[in-house]
This record gives sequence, structure tokens and C-alpha cells, in this order.
Amino acid sequence: MAELRAKTSPQGSDPARGSLIGKRIPKMDAPDKASGRTRYIHDINLPGQLHAKILRSSERHAKIVSIDTRAAKALPGVHAVITAADVPWQRPIGVAKDHLPLKTDRVRSLRDEIAAVAADSVEIAEEALGLIRVDYAPLPVLTDPVAALAPDAPRIHPAPQGADGGPSLKPGLPVAYTGKPDNVAMVMEYAQGDVAAGEAGSALVVEDVFRLHYVTHCCLGVSGVIAEFDPSGNLLLYSNTQVPFLHKREFAELLDIDPGRVRIIQPPIGGGFGSKLDIYPFEPIAIFLAKITGRPVKLVFTREEEFLASPTRQPVLLKLRSGCTKDGVLTFREVETLHDNGAYTSWGATTPFVMMQTVSSLYRVPHCRYRTRAVYTNNPYAGSFRGYGNLQATFAVEAHMDRLAEALGIDPLEFRLKNAQDPGEVTPQGMHFKTCGLKDCLRTAAERGDFLRKHAANRARWSDGDPVKRGVGMASMLHVGGGAKIYPSDGCGTILKIDDFAHVTLITGASEIGQGSETVLAQLVCEELGLPLSAVTVVNNDTDITPWDVGVHASRTTFIAGNSAIGAARKAKDKILALASSKCGDAAEALDLAEGCVVKKATGERVFELAKLIRSLHFSDKAELVMTTHYYEPPSVHQDKQFKGDVSAAYAWATQVCEVEVDTRTGIVRLVKVTGAHDVGRVLNRLGIEGQIEGGIVMGQGYALTENLMVEDGWVRNPNFRDYKLVTAPEIPEIDVSFIETMDGEGPQGAKGVGEAPAICIAAAVANAIYNATGVRLTSLPFTPERVYRALHGAAQPLEWNVPQ
Amino acid sequence: MPARIDIAFRLNGVGKRASVAPETSALEMLREVIGLTGTKYGCGEGECGACTILVDGVTINACLMFAADCDGRDVMTIEGVNATPRGEALRRAFVEHGAVQCGFCTPGIMVQAWHLLESNPHADQATIQRGIEGNLCRCTGYKKIIEAVAAAEAVERGQTPVEQSREVQRG
Repeated sequence: MAELRAKTSPQGSDPARGSLIGKRIPKMDAPDKASGRTRYIHDINLPGQLHAKILRSSERHAKIVSIDTRAAKALPGVHAVITAADVPWQRPIGVAKDHLPLKTDRVRSLRDEIAAVAADSVEIAEEALGLIRVDYAPLPVLTDPVAALAPDAPRIHPAPQGADGGPSLKPGLPVAYTGKPDNVAMVMEYAQGDVAAGEAGSALVVEDVFRLHYVTHCCLGVSGVIAEFDPSGNLLLYSNTQVPFLHKREFAELLDIDPGRVRIIQPPIGGGFGSKLDIYPFEPIAIFLAKITGRPVKLVFTREEEFLASPTRQPVLLKLRSGCTKDGVLTFREVETLHDNGAYTSWGATTPFVMMQTVSSLYRVPHCRYRTRAVYTNNPYAGSFRGYGNLQATFAVEAHMDRLAEALGIDPLEFRLKNAQDPGEVTPQGMHFKTCGLKDCLRTAAERGDFLRKHAANRARWSDGDPVKRGVGMASMLHVGGGAKIYPSDGCGTILKIDDFAHVTLITGASEIGQGSETVLAQLVCEELGLPLSAVTVVNNDTDITPWDVGVHASRTTFIAGNSAIGAARKAKDKILALASSKCGDAAEALDLAEGCVVKKATGERVFELAKLIRSLHFSDKAELVMTTHYYEPPSVHQDKQFKGDVSAAYAWATQVCEVEVDTRTGIVRLVKVTGAHDVGRVLNRLGIEGQIEGGIVMGQGYALTENLMVEDGWVRNPNFRDYKLVTAPEIPEIDVSFIETMDGEGPQGAKGVGEAPAICIAAAVANAIYNATGVRLTSLPFTPERVYRALHGAAQPLEWNVPQ
Repeated sequence: MPARIDIAFRLNGVGKRASVAPETSALEMLREVIGLTGTKYGCGEGECGACTILVDGVTINACLMFAADCDGRDVMTIEGVNATPRGEALRRAFVEHGAVQCGFCTPGIMVQAWHLLESNPHADQATIQRGIEGNLCRCTGYKKIIEAVAAAEAVERGQTPVEQSREVQRG
């Protein structure tokens, strides 16, 4: 059985001494994790459990002519073999509800699920898969998103049909997916001002085309799920979802049952990074098998499956035009992108929502137009991934900013400062930057990275004959830092109780995904209640216990769940101080909580020991406990249909300066140093925030230099860690991070969200640094030795925007 | 039924007998047969280091070793490393230096770091970086892991590492 994740701090029982804010607080779950005691989903086994495996398509695009499961069903130890025919009640899943968990009439990519087996062991399940015979009739394969827009392109989503030629989703079912008339999965358009007028007022216009590649999350813990039904038909799911409450509802819809009958327990998660924001077919399939067999069913991926069948960051072709006055003031910006959606629609299709914010509002741009089309292909499909489109948008915008600066003859720092946002600004898109440290970030990163001097010195060495060049580049970013109201509510609930011994149980809707949220939430509660971290237990992983939260995304947990936890703690504090006031006669306002006691605010003199005071309330004739609840809803707005509105309660900013060494003989680029300055509002847990930023920087390094999911004609060429290159320990750069504390008025203790920010700038800053080193601009990621070598030796093809309107 | 092989070996200092199928890996045996789940499956092909164990004092990827080949060997897993003074020092350093985020790679890196310090008690930073290059971590960016191993090494030498100071500004 999974344990409730209820831990106390490794800090021991030292009484709190002063504020914990800004200190280096070890993560509460670290001792268990470092000793291998933590039970991830892979480590959990339920009595009577069966093991499931999925048969995936061996074709990229084909009609399913027949599926023969007889031999697999006859194999001893096999309890069920299912295909779409066995679950006629299945419903499409995903953001556009265009994806049936088990495919009916056709497969659209290599990952497609055709059949699934539940057996006594993984080995038997695998053997059974080998006995299933599928006959395909190949269809034309479409893997180029530009070709997908052609009028005569093969259709990826015609109306689905069953083997009998009839509609594969039976009439009368709640969702009747009728297919798509063309290959356009989603279009998102945004406009502000008058781009033509902006262009007319420009002294200079620059146009660039950029190409962004496939990368994938590579969570060290592979995907997995355990599904179990009780005799009454209630579903218990052990799942690593980042959005348990949204999924509870989706699984209920899938089964056509009341969401109250779905319980999700989240065991500790072996990495998330956005990968677990959507439902993927393996989860419904495990549920189908559990329902059909009446047994708990566990389904865990292999690493190869993880590469083939989990979502990717979305590959994007992007055209960007901007203009400015001769003084370097931006006049307009126009962006068009083509997203390769892959065969189905997940959150990847909605990343323009974030991309357009960077395009419209990272700098002041009076006139702006943005358009994305996401098109279906027979490639792997794209999901959400830390940064959510912002790595792509920032790569383009910030490389382009350097191009504009150079064309103007202004240094990149001055050009950015000239166009940077200030506190108080309300952008045409409706974002209100109540705090904004962008200019401080720019100046601090430039100064600590010795940017201007190095930038000039490196350029002077372009033709000095040395084959190894040094370069320095900068990039800035804007990202939501106070949640993102993409649903009608962006809130989080907290239940807080204090027991007879002044031990606090903090029950929060916010999921811990390794980022350290439970520690920072406990810390915020301790700050209110004057208690040591060891006095708090956090419960955060069971939808039957925890109050609602929208999920772990948009760098929102510290901000939203933090404010929620503070709200609950303040209510408890009010109750305690009112009680103390009634007993000692001092006004409640003159009292405070510190070091486990009620104290006089003015002098610090101890009035009551907290535990004793609480017991005196409990064991009195008016017997009461200290139990509070709080729901925090940030003062942000759901954007209108034009994508305008103040979507976040705060915005995070950063500038990163990257220094590279380019070996012109080999094309090898080494990231030497990253100097970052991050507007984080306020540092809460210094150890935690450093960890988030360092990890993000190295993830950005992988995006820029080493990681590349090689998808060729729909085949994934490198579904393994040997050929998909994650950055390893010897390759990391020197990292210097400064925190710009803008003390956000809405943030918990002044803090903003920071989870996604550090990964966002690196690729752009590295591109600018390679240019600074060599005078050659790369516009396609990643900067592998081969690509860099070709560019340096004049063998790179310039990118063209040849996308039909 | 496929043939099974009876083996005997030392596991974390205690004699152990097991009956395993010829194709069973040491990783599967540890996790599924014996029930020691601190050793993790990350890739199954020796590329990520999440299943690092010590066999006769040398680190190997348990996913690449047949269980049958444990016969007669001395095997130590994260559970055994924990019980040693060096394992304790490493755990404390990993916790205090923030070297743990999702934690999935951590046991493998702990075992690798234990072996590194065993074979090179005076490892400098570059040696530590080289020493753990076979272990992938997606969360931390390795910096705090390297700092933690260096701190554990300093503790072994009787020194306390100096905390790095960082600049904080108010805007």
C-alpha cells in the first residue's frame, strides 16, 4: 500500500528562531528520498494485482484491417486482452477530444494503442503482445507540417469508422467525435494596435525565421498507473498526475460515473515538468482492464515506451518581423508560427497562449499581431513542458532583438533597456506588471557577467586566427509568476489543524512533484504560527482528503497554494490570539506567536505555551479545536476571446547571460558560464529556489545544445538515453544567480513563482553568444556540433517561410 | 516452466539465497523477488545509473547484470550504503545541500558517490563530476549534488565546507 505522504522536517526539533524566510531549508522529503525509502508508483504493488502492457502500432499511418487476439487470450496467465471493440463505451480524451485510448479504424502514429493485455506478470503480458496479430492497410504518411496544409494532403482525422464501416463511436454516447474536415488542429490569433501603421513609422524592419525541434521530458521515473475498482464500482487510481482534481472529473466522464466515486492517490513522482498535465491513453487503458478483470491493474512504461509514447515539447517554425525607430524604440511586431501538433491534440497546441505574451509584452510593443496554426501530422504529439511555449517564443524574440540591436548599431543591453517594461505598466494585452524587475535583472546580469566588455572584446577576435572562440550573449524573459487563470478558477484550498501538542497538519490541494512545494508551504505556515518546521506535517496526495487545487502548472504552486496556506494559518492565529487575549487581558493585537508560545508583541515576553493554551481550549466546558480552512483565489482574470486580460496575479522576470566557447574546427559549443538575475519577488527557501534555477538552467542547456528527439518521417530514431543526450555532470556550466527581490504585494511573503523561468532564456542567450563568438547566426535548434560546423563553414541552408496562408 | 537457478550471495552484509530465472536481471531480483526497492529502474540499458549497486566493491548497473551472476558475490545496495558511516554522511550532505528534488536518481547517485569516496577519499570537484557522469538527473542540474558529495568528502577529512554566499538585491 502507498503511504500517505506525511512527513516532518529533517531539521529536528529546534525551536524556531526568528524568521525562516530566505533561509536554506532542506526539503522535508529529502531524507527518505536520499535513502531509497520513498515509494514511487513503480515500488507499489497491490494484493491481487495484474500487470498490463500495451500493443502499439508498427505503422505510422494505416487502416486497421483486423486484430486477432485469440492466441494471446489462450496464453496461460493472461486475464484479459482488449481492443477498441471490447470498450465500445470509450470516449475521446485530450484537449480537443480527438484521441480514443484504443484505436478503432486507424492508427495515426507509431505510438498508437491497438490492444492491451492484463496478465499475472509483466513477462506473460509481453509474451501475449507478441501473439496478437494486426493486419494493416497502409495510408499515405504525412510528417511535414507545411505539407499538411496543402488542399490535397491526406486527412489525419476523417470521421472515425469501425470495422463494419459504421461510426466507431456509437450513436447516443455522450461524445460523438466526428473527425476534422482538414489537418488544422487549432488556430490562435492575437492582435493589438495597427501593425501597418507601426511598420510605416519604422526606420528599420528585420525579419527572421526560426525552427524549434522536438525534445521530451525524460523524467527519470517512467510513466505508470495503478487502477482498482471496489465492489461498488468506485475507482481508486494511483497516479502521478499533476492535476488530480481535473483528472478526477475526466476519469469520471470516461466511465460515466459521478466524479465523487473517483479517488486519486498520488505517490511521490519521479519528475513531472509538465508531462503529467493531460490524460494519456495508458491511463484509461489500465482503468478498462481493471474494470474488465475486477482486479487491480498496474501499468508501467519501459524507457523506450516513455520516449515513444509520452508527449514532447512542440516543434515550431516561426516567422518574426519587427521594426523600430532610428533611436531604437520598438514600433511593431508580427509573428506567425506553424506548430507540428502530431497525430493528436494535447496541451502543446495551446502553447501560443504563452508565446503571444512574450511576443506582445516582454518589451513595450505598441502594435502587434500573432497567429499560430497547429496542424496534424503522423508524428508524435506534443504536450505541455516546463516553460510551455516560452522557450520557443523567447528563443525567437531574443535572438531577433540582438539582430535589431546590431542593425541599429546599439549594444544589446542598451537596446533591451530602452524597450523594457517598468513597474506599473499595463500592456495592450492587459497584463498589469504591479512589480517588474526586468531592468534590474538586465543590469545585474550584465554587470556580474561582465557582458559589455566581453561582448566588445569577443567581436574584436573574429578574425584573429584562433580556432577556439569565446562568445557572450544575453536573453531576458517574462513568465506568469502568480498563477494563470486558464480555467475559471485558479485557486487552491487548505485545511489546517493544530493538535493538543501544537503540532500542525497542513492539508493542501497542491501536489508535490519534487519541486519542494510541501517544504515551502510548511515554512509559510511556521512563519505565521511561530513554530519550527518540525511542528508541521503536510498531507498533499489524496483527493479524498485534500481540498481542490487546479494543479501543478504555470509556476503557480508557491504563489497560489502559499497564499492559501497563509490564509488558513492566519485564521488559526486569530483564534489562538483571541483566546489568549480572553485569558490574559491583553488586546489580541498586542500579542503574537513565536517559538511555540504566545508572546507580547512589544517585548517578546512569553505569556502562554501554545500547546498548553490549545489544550485549555480543548478540555474546557466550551470544548473546541483549532481547525481552519482557506480557499485562495488570485485576483487575476480569465482572458477574453481576444486573449486580453490580466491572467496572472504577478509576473516573473529574468535575464541570463551565457558565455560559450566555440571550437570552429569541430563545431563543438561548450557552455562555460551562466550569469542569471531573476525577479523572484522574494526568496522564501534559498536552497529550494537555487535548486529550481540551477536545474532549469541545465534543462535549458540541454534544449540548446544536446537534446534532440530525432523524428524522421514519423519514426523516432533515438528512443533511448544513449542517443538522446541529456546533459551530464561534467558538462554543466559555472552558475552565478542573483535574486532581484521586488516584494510583490500579492505574493506570499512577497514571492513570485519561479519553476519554469530558469529554462526559458538559455537557448536564445547561447545563440547570441555563438554569434558574438563567430559572427555566424544560428536559427535552428539544437546547436549540435554538426549543425554549428555546417553553419560556420557556409554549408547551412537558410530557413525559409514557405507556409501556405 | 523455465529452468531456475539457485544462487547464494551476500546482500548488504547478510547471506542470501534466491531462486531466479536465467534471464532475470539483478535489478529485477532486488526489486521484485527480494523487495528492496531503493534501486530504481530508469532505462534498463545501463544509460541512466538509477539502478547503480556495488558488486564486490565495484559499482555496476544492476539492469545489465544477470541475477544469476550475483552467485558468490558481495552485493551492496542503497539500503546497505545507508547503514555505513559514509552513507550517513552522504545522506546528511544530500539533504542539507539540496541535492534531492524528485529523488528518483538519488539512490543510484548515493551509491556511486559512496564508491567514489571509497576509492578516492580526496576527490576534487572535477573528479566528483567525472565520477557521477554515468548518473542522469533531470531536476537538479547536478550542481547541488556535486556540492553535497564534496561536503561529505570534507566531513570525512574533518573539515566543514564554507557556504557559498550569494548576492541579494532589493528592487
